[in-house]
Amino acid sequence: MRSGNANSGTRWADAELTARAQPLVEYTLRLADDALVLSQRLGEWITRAPELEEDVALANIALDLLGQARALLTYAGQTEGAGRDEDALAYLRDDREFRNVLLVEQPNGDFAVTMARQLVFAAYQYELYDRLRASADQTLAAVAAKAVKEVAYHREHAALWVRRLGDGTDESRLRMVAGLDAIRPFVDELFDTDDLISQLGAVAVDPADLREPWAAYVDAVLIDVGLELPDPDHTARGGRLGLHGEALGYLLAEMQHLHRSHPGASW
Amino acid sequence: MDGSDEQEAAFYAIIDADGRIEPRDDMPEAYRRSLVRQIAQHAHSEIIGMQPEGNWISRAPSLRRKAILLAKVQDEAGHGLYLYAAAETLGVSRDELLDKLHTRRQKYSSIFNYPTLTWADVGAIGWLVDGAAITNQIPLTRCSYGPYARAMVRICKEESFHQRQGFEALLALTRGTPEQKAMAQDALNRWWYPSLAMFGPPDTEGGGAKRSTHTEQSMRWGIKRFSNDELRQRFVDMTVPQADVLGLRMPDPDLRWNDERGHYDFTPPDWDELFAVINGDGPCNAQRIEHRVSAHHEGQWVRDAASAYAAKRQRHLEGVA
Amino acid sequence: MSGMWPLWEVFIRARRGMSHIHVGSLHAPDAEMALRHARDVYTRRGEGVSIWVVPSSQITASSPDEKDAFFDPAADKIYRHPTFYDVPADAPHL
Repeated sequence: MRSGNANSGTRWADAELTARAQPLVEYTLRLADDALVLSQRLGEWITRAPELEEDVALANIALDLLGQARALLTYAGQTEGAGRDEDALAYLRDDREFRNVLLVEQPNGDFAVTMARQLVFAAYQYELYDRLRASADQTLAAVAAKAVKEVAYHREHAALWVRRLGDGTDESRLRMVAGLDAIRPFVDELFDTDDLISQLGAVAVDPADLREPWAAYVDAVLIDVGLELPDPDHTARGGRLGLHGEALGYLLAEMQHLHRSHPGASW
Repeated sequence: MDGSDEQEAAFYAIIDADGRIEPRDDMPEAYRRSLVRQIAQHAHSEIIGMQPEGNWISRAPSLRRKAILLAKVQDEAGHGLYLYAAAETLGVSRDELLDKLHTRRQKYSSIFNYPTLTWADVGAIGWLVDGAAITNQIPLTRCSYGPYARAMVRICKEESFHQRQGFEALLALTRGTPEQKAMAQDALNRWWYPSLAMFGPPDTEGGGAKRSTHTEQSMRWGIKRFSNDELRQRFVDMTVPQADVLGLRMPDPDLRWNDERGHYDFTPPDWDELFAVINGDGPCNAQRIEHRVSAHHEGQWVRDAASAYAAKRQRHLEGVA
Repeated sequence: MSGMWPLWEVFIRARRGMSHIHVGSLHAPDAEMALRHARDVYTRRGEGVSIWVVPSSQITASSPDEKDAFFDPAADKIYRHPTFYDVPADAPHL
């Protein structure tokens, strides 16, 4: 279908009701929005990376995530059955309808902040997709089987950089410590579980189960260079309920404005 | 080359046989310098060219277009890398070349000093700018310097999708709403003459009958195969029928087919404007360089950290051994 | 701290059964990063199944000045090539 038709005029409140009535749609949107929003953030690095080789590497990761997001959004739209395609879901939902965790919407900061976010998120996504391969839902299982290989690379890329920044120069170490501090408040939300997860049973992966293997990987990387994830002075959550930080509004405004300026147009 | 006749003869024997000069061969110093300048300018164009298109990655109007654009801008970074590596075989470092770019001692293609104002500009760049670039680059796959020719083979292969995606993006606009079609026409109006200018000044500069000496020399060395005007004509002849398919009007009232010549006649670009843009007076010259320089400066601590880490590990290994 | 990342030469095995072939070079601070960069830069279109990276400074090359001494002696050893030998056309599997 062409995005932007009458269906897309659905109010967010209605959409939220629909989503609640359709746990699989809601769950798929969580996975999709995490990938989409992080891809959008990483895309901001292009032409600004510390070295040309790194422009290429970050673009690869952004492209992988965008590919995952597209497959998942398409599937969410099909499952929902209301005629929304990947673009209708990406461009015509408002902030309150986005289901991503707060971590991925955080501004890029310097390269250390971005690498801290990458390490934490890619390690989480790796454990998630690794288990989702066994999902009772065949489409999710297939997306995960492809994505887990991509994410294994993302995780390693982040680990290489966190080691180098953590044990490079005095300046890079300070920045790496600050980077870990900056993203720490948004880590716990990744592992929150809720009714939706239990409702979905063998279709979904329980985020709470990921914490231990995730920590084993992340801690090993950090310990190698004498770093650790600090105790948080506060934690932030709410992304899964569509309660985001202010930054997401600007991210979406930029991402969506052209598409929304031409209702019904094809690109 | 120390200029000995024997070495010079050996060099020209390879050139005349349409052979390839390789990095450790003797070569005239002027040949080496000219190649460094040309390859560097080409590499700089690739990485500065990431900016006008990168400008639209965050706003691409569909996820499919976003993925295509990301992949394309990424390719340009890759192409810049291949070309810097080719230049490095001539005894210069990438750092030196980047420094010359950052301090405006080396140029890049002036086309990238124009802004991308609308989404249609992304399509127009793919169709026209990449189209012009490919016209320029295909002959370079047979350039006399081996590493440059090999880089160009790789680049031309990868760029085949760039022009097609631009055309396709414009086609979607011209088949779309009236606003989209107007956007496409406006983009063509703004990018047509700058694209023609990409082939460089006319062969008979200043109305004289003589081709520029620079062109003559580059042709003798096999690092340029066709003159600027020949390539420009080839580009126009190729592009005009494509505009018809798009349903767009070329912004040149005097453009028409010339049966006698077997080519299109067309209005040349405003050379005064071209030279003004080359010399720093384009709408985005300062912005492009500032962006590039600031990315480089902000990345310094990261590059230093990686070097320091590598040195520590090396010392550690040696200490253990 | 000064110093650009060193240059590495990249060799890629396109498919199983083929040799690694030189495809280009890149800059990286160390071998581990060089491999990652090579993967990103030179295999974006699935061009390879295996990558080697070698510090450019570690390559010892024959000098073009010596090429006569290096390569001409091989040029007249035509008996190393199978076409040197006359065999009857009906002799199978040769």
